[in-house]
Amino acid sequence: MGIVEWARSPWGEDVPIHIAFYLIWVCAIAGLLFMIVHAIWARYFAPPDAYADSTPPEEAARIPEKIARHSLAARMFHWVMALAMFVLLFTAFLPRVGIKFPWVTYHWIAGIVLTVSIIYHIIHATFFMDFWSIWPDKADLAEISRRLRSASSLPRRDAKYPFANKMYHAVIVLTGIAVTATGVFMMWRVRTPIFPRNPYLFGDMTWGLMYVLHGLAGVGLIALVMVHVYFAVRPDKFEITKSMIVGTMNKEFYLKHHDPERWAPESPSSK
Amino acid sequence: MAVIHDIMPAFELFQPPTVEGAVALLDRYRAQGWVMAGGLDSFDWLKDRIKRPSVLIDLSQIKELRGVRPWNGGLEIGAMTTLTEVVRDPVVRERYSILSTGAEAAASPQIRNQGTIGGNVSQDARCWYYRSGWKCYRAGGNICYADTPTAINREHAILGADRCVAVNPSDTAPALIALDAQMVIRNSKGERVVNAEDYFIGPGIDIMHMTVLQPGDLLTAIRIPAAWAGAHFYFEKVRDRPVWDFPLVNIASAAVLSGNRIDRIRIAVNGVAAHPVRLKQVEDAVTGKLRDRATADMAGQLAIQGAKPLQHNGYKVPLMRNLVRRAIRGVEEATWAS
Repeated sequence: MGIVEWARSPWGEDVPIHIAFYLIWVCAIAGLLFMIVHAIWARYFAPPDAYADSTPPEEAARIPEKIARHSLAARMFHWVMALAMFVLLFTAFLPRVGIKFPWVTYHWIAGIVLTVSIIYHIIHATFFMDFWSIWPDKADLAEISRRLRSASSLPRRDAKYPFANKMYHAVIVLTGIAVTATGVFMMWRVRTPIFPRNPYLFGDMTWGLMYVLHGLAGVGLIALVMVHVYFAVRPDKFEITKSMIVGTMNKEFYLKHHDPERWAPESPSSK
Repeated sequence: MAVIHDIMPAFELFQPPTVEGAVALLDRYRAQGWVMAGGLDSFDWLKDRIKRPSVLIDLSQIKELRGVRPWNGGLEIGAMTTLTEVVRDPVVRERYSILSTGAEAAASPQIRNQGTIGGNVSQDARCWYYRSGWKCYRAGGNICYADTPTAINREHAILGADRCVAVNPSDTAPALIALDAQMVIRNSKGERVVNAEDYFIGPGIDIMHMTVLQPGDLLTAIRIPAAWAGAHFYFEKVRDRPVWDFPLVNIASAAVLSGNRIDRIRIAVNGVAAHPVRLKQVEDAVTGKLRDRATADMAGQLAIQGAKPLQHNGYKVPLMRNLVRRAIRGVEEATWAS
């Protein structure tokens, strides 16, 4: 039982055609298991929510009550992308598990919305945001190295995004680019008003690999989205989730979890 | 590519004597079980080694699945009733002649003697790329070989294509839709009744199946209500040769007239999409109108809206338009136009 299904092309070539669809269940179960294991660990085994460093009172006094975290443009991107992602996942996988409906049109429309929103995000993040704030930096690596050498020590406070958040973003970037790039080309295989249908755009092997990559990224997103939603609804992360709705987080949460040296606080009016 | 053998492949054969027995077997073997009615679709698949079921459930011994009987003022036709029995049944001929005409248009006398009405409506697509064993969309792959710039697609769909462009090949299906028939389906959970027009599904909903039948389901009967008994019927099948051929396009209509005015009408056409298409917009447009040339022309034009021919099947567009005109107006009055 492989993870890829193969077929014989009319030219006698064995070509991949798509992923094995049991991977849908593998990823869904993996996502579920992660949530269960993490929830048990967080409830019974996690160390106390404490940090090795803190902000001096006189400096803390200068910090505004509300810290701007996500601009309206960034929030709109996030929620548009989230909506497109859910539509894509449901339209792709519900028919595979027995819920039949005409899914293709909804799927490619949501795919276009996702692609456009990603392009927008790349431009917005590159030219109008602190591009590097979401990528692991030297301080993150130094902190990881320090914690590995002294596991019992308390962690230092994060920059704007915790290291795990940065890694999650990196994985989402990879899967998102894989699924949208392949998805755009796959639109040449179906009838849309956007591209003239041309199944000969690539050879069978290239098409097959594209379907496999699209499928692998797609099932991977099942687990990734499950994990993302899980953390979004966890009470200890709610301030972060709330900031993706209202744009700000409160001073208390900021001072406890974030280092002003690594993420300079800004009031909402300055954003 | 299919390798054609003269001998049958090995499988476990069951010949249950009752519907309950067949349903129990279907429930037990689910997707591994292959239901065989007359065998005219099944034998091709099996001898070509394209479908390889491990279990074959032959329905030929189930007497309750055969015959035409009265039902609620209309008729109930057992799914294993042969097409010849449908054609020859005096009540069908007298009250629902559109069905006997449609059944008689199917295949050849020998095939109608063996083929059943349940099999005729449930048969798989006849696209030769699919039947030849290529791993196309309908076979679980990622391409439609018939919808490529160099494909031979003269017989394929002009409507409702969604990745796959195969058409439904049944001659009785449009007649049953025109008669507002109901399909009786049994499985281990009980019985459900589906309108004939909902029995057939397109590739947008399920690209690998042509009907709503799922593993474990068995079509047991077809019920025809009294509502359209003795209506003004029209059936026409256009094919390449006069016998033993699938339709290029066929059409069935049932109309109740007041003088020359159309009181109510149902029209279905097949061979143009992956499922028989009920022309609801046409029905609505012609209801209450005179059955004259203007109405027929309008109906024909309306019917082909949205048609998207492939490389080699553009002829189906005027063919369908003309058949709709003839269904409304009658053969003698409707002239062919390209």
